[in-house]
Amino acid sequence: MTGILLLEQSLNGLQFGLMLFLLAAGLTLVFGIMDMINLAHGSLYMVGAYLIATIASASGSFWIGLGLGIACTAVIGVLLEVTVLRRLYQRDHLAQVLGTFAILLMSNEAVRMIWGAQPIQLNPPPALAGPVELLPGFSYPAFRLLIIGVGLAVAAMLYVLVTRTRVGMQVRAGASNREMALAMGTSVQSLFTVVFAFGAALCAVAGGMLGPLLAVQVGMGESILILAFVVIVIGGIGSIRGALLGALLVGVVDTGGRTLIPMLFGHLMGPAAAANAGPAVASILIYVLMAAVLFWKPQGLFPAHG
Amino acid sequence: MTTTSDTVALAVAPAQPSVAGQGSHPRGGMLDHALHGRFSVPLLALLILLPTIATALDEAFYIGVASRILIFALAATSLNLILGFGGLVSFGHAAFVGVGAYTVGILMQAGIASAWIAWPAAMATGALFALVIGVVSLRTKGVYFIMITLAFAQMLYYLMVSLKVYGGEDGLSLPGRSSLGLGIDLGDDANFYYVVLALAALAFVAVQRLLNARFGHALQAMRENETRMATIGFPVYRYKLVAFTLAGALAGLAGALLANQGSFVSPAMLQWSQSGMLMIMVILGGVGHLYGGVVGAAVFLLLEETLAAHTIHWQFGLGAVLLAVVLLAPNGLMRLMRRRAGR
Repeated sequence: MTGILLLEQSLNGLQFGLMLFLLAAGLTLVFGIMDMINLAHGSLYMVGAYLIATIASASGSFWIGLGLGIACTAVIGVLLEVTVLRRLYQRDHLAQVLGTFAILLMSNEAVRMIWGAQPIQLNPPPALAGPVELLPGFSYPAFRLLIIGVGLAVAAMLYVLVTRTRVGMQVRAGASNREMALAMGTSVQSLFTVVFAFGAALCAVAGGMLGPLLAVQVGMGESILILAFVVIVIGGIGSIRGALLGALLVGVVDTGGRTLIPMLFGHLMGPAAAANAGPAVASILIYVLMAAVLFWKPQGLFPAHG
Repeated sequence: MTTTSDTVALAVAPAQPSVAGQGSHPRGGMLDHALHGRFSVPLLALLILLPTIATALDEAFYIGVASRILIFALAATSLNLILGFGGLVSFGHAAFVGVGAYTVGILMQAGIASAWIAWPAAMATGALFALVIGVVSLRTKGVYFIMITLAFAQMLYYLMVSLKVYGGEDGLSLPGRSSLGLGIDLGDDANFYYVVLALAALAFVAVQRLLNARFGHALQAMRENETRMATIGFPVYRYKLVAFTLAGALAGLAGALLANQGSFVSPAMLQWSQSGMLMIMVILGGVGHLYGGVVGAAVFLLLEETLAAHTIHWQFGLGAVLLAVVLLAPNGLMRLMRRRAGR
């Protein structure tokens, strides 16, 4: 029984971690290459989820919604980068925080104006709605398996893209030493537009995958944005590998903590105390993890800057 | 961040030797921050008269709004002390405000309603938490400092959510405001306003004195060039820690007042969005300007109040204004005014 529970929780943790990675990957590249704090990254995730949900219900197909939603979000990302964010690269972090916070407020309100304040429904494709029996006596929702599959596929694609292609080489060069990359002839400006569009598309993928599990609602971007920041700080800013490992670490610790800590407290202090303290301690866990990582490895686990 | 502070350091470099010296340079140097009596005295007079005017105009509602603005001005000024003058971008400042608020709430629940005990206790708790968090956080720099202060604030947030004795997620409703004695009933909004005004003004002048003293000059010099200050023998870490603790104490006081104003404390006060809002106020007003926190808090809250009265989609307007400020007034509203005045 415990074995099955552990297996289920590890799969849940893996799934959540991979989705965090999709958000963290874009964020860490933007941060690493342009030294830009983008609080509006979570808004792209929200907008992506809304677009996918709307197109999916209009067309009647989850897959059409996913495809078109991702493309539209990437376009919105490019528009955002070209009109506003580009002006903020040369500014200090504080101006970036204020500017992107303003965009966050505006996009939250724009979504509320268009779709209303109520959460909207995003249904998983009917073929994947049911559970799949992985082991005798252990079945797992098919859609969650799809999420894990998509997450692994994107991670593999990113790995190939970053380590095996010219654009990827320029991205790595930009992250480890921007001035030198510029001097060697990399057009950082157009590179960054591409990276930003890509990051926006990854946000939309995460929105489309997590939308059926969590509610598609205004403010969904903020809570996950903070987690994505935790991930990239743990992993080391600018490092894709760090983002992947940080995301998996946070996903597993968070999901595992939420199940195991109340159980542990239940054994130690009785059910009443467990119900009270358990969830809170579990929520604190990843922040303790981040503080500990920063205390012993102030540059994160895999620093990109040499 | 490094690139900007380096350029600033170059610009300020000539002023630095006087910092290391006896501070005998003429008034109005780069590191001095004057109260500007010709603006502040009329402003103070106006603030003193505000309850009378508001009552005469039958708009007593605005006394509460003004109290709220003053409390946030105090909190934002305390953040500006470390963010603007110390260069420490703390993303967890709301935690100290919340800790101060909870101190008042918890003491009141235990039957201690005296402001003379609860408010200093709130300051002490704010300072204590800032000290402990500062000891760990100040070892990191830049973005990592931003994130580690955020982490600690989130821990306190979830801690308060979990403490069911003190209301948990729902927060704690207080039976009333603290009792001040001296025949002053804080339950009256005008009386409360005057007490808030007195405390905020006092704290503001204290911050101004501190910034113009040797401590403030050293702090600002560390913001410009930490290595140089360390080399000429300043205990950089200790200076920062003291500033961080002082800011925590002032934030604790702001929290005590905030708890009193609404007679309510809740974990939402400690949430990261609150820390973000305080930071936005400081950036809006002007980082490292004496009046930055005050101007930022006033503009932000008045904007929120005005827009909310006209449309339910006020956040969109607020966002648009903030974005315009970032793009058009790069160093906050105070710098804009100073530039208009020909510096």
